[in-house]
Amino acid sequence: MSLKDKIKCFQGWLAGFTATTLLVGGIAFGIIFWGGFNWTMELTNTEQFCISCHEMEDNVYVEYQNTIHYENRTGVRATCPDCHVPKEWGHKIVRKIRASNELLHKALGSINTREKFENKRLKLAQNEWRRMKKTDSRECRNCHSFDSMDYTAQGRRAFNRHIKAVDDGQTCIDCHKGIAHELPDMHEVDASVVVGQTSK
Amino acid sequence: MKKLLLAGSVLILGLTAVVPQILAEEQVNSLRGDHALDENSTEPEMKNWQLDRDPIPRDHVKQPPLIPHKTQGYKINLKFNKCMSCHSWTKYKEAGATKISQSHFEDRENNVMANVAARRYFCTQCHVPQVDAKPLVENTFKPLPTVK
Repeated sequence: MSLKDKIKCFQGWLAGFTATTLLVGGIAFGIIFWGGFNWTMELTNTEQFCISCHEMEDNVYVEYQNTIHYENRTGVRATCPDCHVPKEWGHKIVRKIRASNELLHKALGSINTREKFENKRLKLAQNEWRRMKKTDSRECRNCHSFDSMDYTAQGRRAFNRHIKAVDDGQTCIDCHKGIAHELPDMHEVDASVVVGQTSK
Repeated sequence: MKKLLLAGSVLILGLTAVVPQILAEEQVNSLRGDHALDENSTEPEMKNWQLDRDPIPRDHVKQPPLIPHKTQGYKINLKFNKCMSCHSWTKYKEAGATKISQSHFEDRENNVMANVAARRYFCTQCHVPQVDAKPLVENTFKPLPTVK
C-alpha cells in the first residue's frame, strides 16, 4: 500500500466519525486526562507524601510536631503543603516543577543523614526564606492576613510590632523565622543571637 | 533496786525518743496528699501564662528581672537564642525590649567579651516567666524603701 493510499484510508476512517462523537469523545478524554493530572498532583500535595521520605519524616516533620502549626488551642492544623506549596494553580505548577530538583538530591543522597542535613540546614532555610520574602509570604497569608487581624486582641508586643510591620511594608517571614522547624546555626545570619564567637 | 532503777530510766528515755516520732508520723503526708493508695490523687490545677504586660518592677537589689510575657516555644540552644532576637543590643530598640545588661558579657574572670558570655547565655536559669499562681506559703517580704 502506497503512502497516498494510506492517507486516503485514514481520511475515510476520520469521515466515519460525526462531529458529535468527536465532541463527546474529546470532552470525555479531556475530563479523564485533566482530572487524572490534577488528581495525581494533589496526591503529591499531602503530608503523607511529603514524609514518605525519611529525610522529611526524621528531621523537619519531628520538629514541626512541637510547634503551634501542628497542635494548638483551637485545633486547626497547617500541614506541609499549606505553607510550602502555593494554592493558586499557576504558582503551584511552577513550584512543583522546581521541586523536581529535590528528587535529584534524594537520588544523590544529599541530606540522607542527620549530619548532612544539619550541614545544609542554613542553605535550605535561606532558600525558603528567600522564596517567602519574594512572594510577600503568600502561603502564610492564605490564613493570616493583615486585613483580618484584630490587633487589639493581640499581646502588647505583637500589637506594637504588627502595626509597625504594616507601616514599614514588612512581610511575615521577616520576623517569623523558625516557627515550624528548628533554626539553623545562626552565627552567619546574626551573631548577636548566638553564644560564642561573633563570626564563624 | 539499782537494776530496777536503771531499767526504768532506760524505758523512760526510750519512750521520750520514740513517742514524738510516732506523733509526727501521723501528721506527715506523702507528696501525693492524704489519699488511699487505690484512689486517684487530686489533679494539679492548670496554670495559665500571664498576658504580655509592662516590665515588672524588681523587689530587691540585683534581682534578675521577671519575664513579663509568654515564652512558650522559645528555644535556647547552641544554634540560636530566641530571647536575643529581641533583647540583644542590635535588636532591642527595634523590638521595644529591655536591653541585655552589659554584665552578661563578662566571663568569670571579668574579661569583657564581644558577645554574651557562656555563663549568662541560658536566660531562663535566672529570668522566669510568670503564671497566675498564688504563693504556696505566706510571704511578708517587703523591699527596703531606700533601695527599691
